[in-house]
Amino acid sequence: MILRLQIRSNLLSPVGQRGLAAMAGKGRGVAAFTFHVEALGIGRGNMPEARVGPSPLFPNTDFKPLPLKAGEDEDYMLALKQEMRGTMQRLPHNIRPPSNKAEVEKYTERYLKQSQMEDEEWSPELMPQTKRRHPKPGTKKKPVISRKHTEEMLTKLDELEKKDDGNLENSDDETEKKTKNENDEEELEEEEYEEEDIEEENDYIESYFDNGEDFAADSDDNMDGEATY
Amino acid sequence: MTAQEVRLCGLLLQEHFGELVAKVGTHLLRSGAQNLRTIIHETGISMDLVKKSLCVLVQHGACVFSSGRKGPGSPTEYRSSCHQILRILRYPRYIYTAKTLYGDTGELIIEELLQRGDMTMSCTVKTVADRLTQNMEEGLSMDYSEVSTAFSKLVETHFLQRCPPMAVTATTKKATPADPATPATPGTPAAPVSTALPTPESFPDCYKVPQVTLIGRGKRQLPSEEGEDQRNAKKAKMSSEIHGDEGIYWQVNFERFHLHFRDQAIISAVANKLDQTSSEIVRTMLRMSEVTTSPTATCTKPLSANEIFRSLPSSYNISRPILDQYLTLLVDDPMEFVGKAGESGGGMYVVNLHRALTNLARATLESVVQERFGSRSARIFRLLLRKRHLEQKQVEDFAMIPAKEAKDMLYTLLSHNLVQLQEIPKTPDYAPSRTFYLYTVNQLPTARMLLQNCYKTVANLIERRLFETKDSKRLLEKSQRIEAILASLQASGAEPEQLTEVEEMITAPEKQQLDGLRLHINKLDSAENQVDETIFLVESYINSSATS
Repeated sequence: MILRLQIRSNLLSPVGQRGLAAMAGKGRGVAAFTFHVEALGIGRGNMPEARVGPSPLFPNTDFKPLPLKAGEDEDYMLALKQEMRGTMQRLPHNIRPPSNKAEVEKYTERYLKQSQMEDEEWSPELMPQTKRRHPKPGTKKKPVISRKHTEEMLTKLDELEKKDDGNLENSDDETEKKTKNENDEEELEEEEYEEEDIEEENDYIESYFDNGEDFAADSDDNMDGEATY
Repeated sequence: MTAQEVRLCGLLLQEHFGELVAKVGTHLLRSGAQNLRTIIHETGISMDLVKKSLCVLVQHGACVFSSGRKGPGSPTEYRSSCHQILRILRYPRYIYTAKTLYGDTGELIIEELLQRGDMTMSCTVKTVADRLTQNMEEGLSMDYSEVSTAFSKLVETHFLQRCPPMAVTATTKKATPADPATPATPGTPAAPVSTALPTPESFPDCYKVPQVTLIGRGKRQLPSEEGEDQRNAKKAKMSSEIHGDEGIYWQVNFERFHLHFRDQAIISAVANKLDQTSSEIVRTMLRMSEVTTSPTATCTKPLSANEIFRSLPSSYNISRPILDQYLTLLVDDPMEFVGKAGESGGGMYVVNLHRALTNLARATLESVVQERFGSRSARIFRLLLRKRHLEQKQVEDFAMIPAKEAKDMLYTLLSHNLVQLQEIPKTPDYAPSRTFYLYTVNQLPTARMLLQNCYKTVANLIERRLFETKDSKRLLEKSQRIEAILASLQASGAEPEQLTEVEEMITAPEKQQLDGLRLHINKLDSAENQVDETIFLVESYINSSATS
C-alpha cells in the first residue's frame, strides 16, 4: 500500500516517470525517491518487503480467537436452532429436486416413513392462499400448453423414426397445422415462443434432408452391404 | 446485495427450504425484479417447480410481487431482498425472547409462525394447543382460550402483525374472499405502478385481533401406525371449520423484536459499565418511552425525574436524592447513554438511542482490532478514533510506542483497510514533499466492512458444517438407524442383552468419531448464533446512521 501511495502522488509531479523507474529498481536494489521519505517515517533500510504473489488463502493468525460464550441461554438457542432446521427440512415447503430412484435401495429409505420420502403432494393449506394472492392472468393455460406440447413432440419423434424421408415432410406439415390451430387460442407471448420453436425445427429438418430422396433411394438399393460414399 | 450477502442467503435458503428454492432465490437476488418467464428461462427449472418455489418464498415474505414496470397489463414481477432472508439466522433468538417474555405458549406461537411464514390465528392456536398437549401429562390438555389470550397479548405489544392484504388489480377475475372480518382494501383498480410496496403498518387494522370463535381443547396425538396416521390426517383436512377469520394472516413483526433487542443491549451495557441500579433506571426509562418513541427516533421523549421516580419498580427502594445522583452519573458517563434535556420537573432526561448504538458499535470495532492485532494496535486504533487525524510522528508520541513498531502496526492496519490515509496538500500540485499525510479512521465505512466480514464468516461456518456432515454421512445414518432400532426394541419390551447387543453394533472408535463430530457441529452452530449478535448490533448502527 505504501507503493500505491507513491504511484498516486508521483503521477502529478513532473518527475513522476523517473520516480517510478527508480522504484522498480531493476538491478539496482537501492530505492530512490523523489521526496523526503522521513515525512512518512520510513528510513532507507526499513522498506517493507515487496509482494511476491497473492496473499495466502489461510494466513497465520498471531492471536487465537476468544472461546465462545457458553451458558444456559446459548445452549437453549443452539437446541432451538438445530430443532428448527430439522423441522423445516421435513415440512412440505421444503422442495426436493425430482431425483431418480437409485437402483440399489438405500438402507435409510427402508426405515424412514413413506410419508416423509414421497412429498410430491402439495399441502393444500399453502397453495390456495397464495393462489388467491397472485393476481396473475392466464396462469391456468400455461401448464396445459406445456403438457400438450411435450406430447406432440414425442409423437413427432416417433413418426420421424418410423416413416421414410418422403413422408416426413407431410407429417411435419400436419403437426405444424395442429400446433398452429392450438396456438391461435392462446396468448400472444406463448404463440411467439412456441411458433419460433416449431418453425426452427422444421427449417432445420427440411434443409438437412434436402437431397433426401436420392440418398434414401441409393441406400435402399445397396442394402446388401456395399459401402456408399 | 453484496456478493457475501447473496452467498449467505443462498446457503440459508438451501438449508431451510431445499436446493430448488435456493436456486430460484439466488437468481432473483442477483438479477433484481423479473417476471416468471425470465426466471424459468434463466434457471432452467421446470415451470411447475419454479411456481412452487416462488410460492414458498412469497409465503415466508422473502419475495414480493407487483405488477410489471410497463404498466398494469404486463406480467407480474417478482423481487427479493436480502434482509428478510438474513433474518433466518436470528430465528432462535426471536423464539427465545418470546419464551422469556410470554412463556412456553408464546414461544410455540412464534415458532409455528416462523416455520410456516404466515398463518391464520385459528390455525396457529389449534397447532400450538396440540403441541402443548403432547408435552403435558396424561389426561391434561391445553385449552384454546389460553393460547388465544397469549396470541392477543403478542398482538397488543405489536410482536405480531397482520400480513398486508393484496390490492386487487383490474386484470384478476377472481375476487378476494368477501369476509366481513377482513377490511379488504377496496379494489384499487388498475393501480398506477407504484414503486414502493405498502408496508404492513400502512393498514389501519394492522394490530386488530379478529373475532374468532375457538372453543375446544388441544388434541393429543396418540402413537398409531402409519395407516391410521394417514387416515387421521385426511380427516383433519376434511373437517375445516370456519372460525370467522379466513383471509387474515399473521406474521411475526421483526422490527418490534429488533427494538426489544436494542433496548436489551443498551441496558446490559449500562449494567456492565456502571451497576445494576443504573441499569434498572435506564430500563424504566425505556419502558416508559416504548409507546411514545418511533422506531427511527434518535432519542426518547424527555422524561422528568419525578416521573421516573414514580415508575421505578417497587423492589428498588432508593430515595429521591439518590436517584438524582444516579441520573447525574449516567449523564456524565462518556458513553452518553442518557442525556439531560432541561431543568423542569426536577430535570428532564432522555435516552440517546443513536449515540448509544454508535458507541456500542465503536466498542465492537475496537474489540475486533484488539483480538486480531493485539492490544497495542488497538491502542493506536482507539487513539485515531478519538483524535480523528494524526500524523505518523504524532501517532508514535501519543500512543507511547517505539517508532519502528508503531510504523509496522500502522501499516498492518492500513493494509487491512481499518485505517485510511488522508492527503492534505500545501501546494496545488500535490508534491509529496509538500503534502501532509494524516492517518484517520472513519467509523461508518469501517462498520460496513466489518458487517460484510461477519456475513462471510457465517457463510464459511455453514459451509464447514455442511462439509463435516457430508464427510461422515454414512456414520450418522448408521447411528440414526441404531437409535431407531433401540427405541423400537425398548417400546416392545426387550431384554437387556438384546439392547446391549444392538448398542455394540457401533464400535468404540466409531463412537468416538461420532462424539467428535457432534462437538464440532455444535460449536459451529453456536458460533453462528453468536456472530449473529454482532451482525445485529452493527446493522442497527448502520440503519440508525442512515436515517438520522
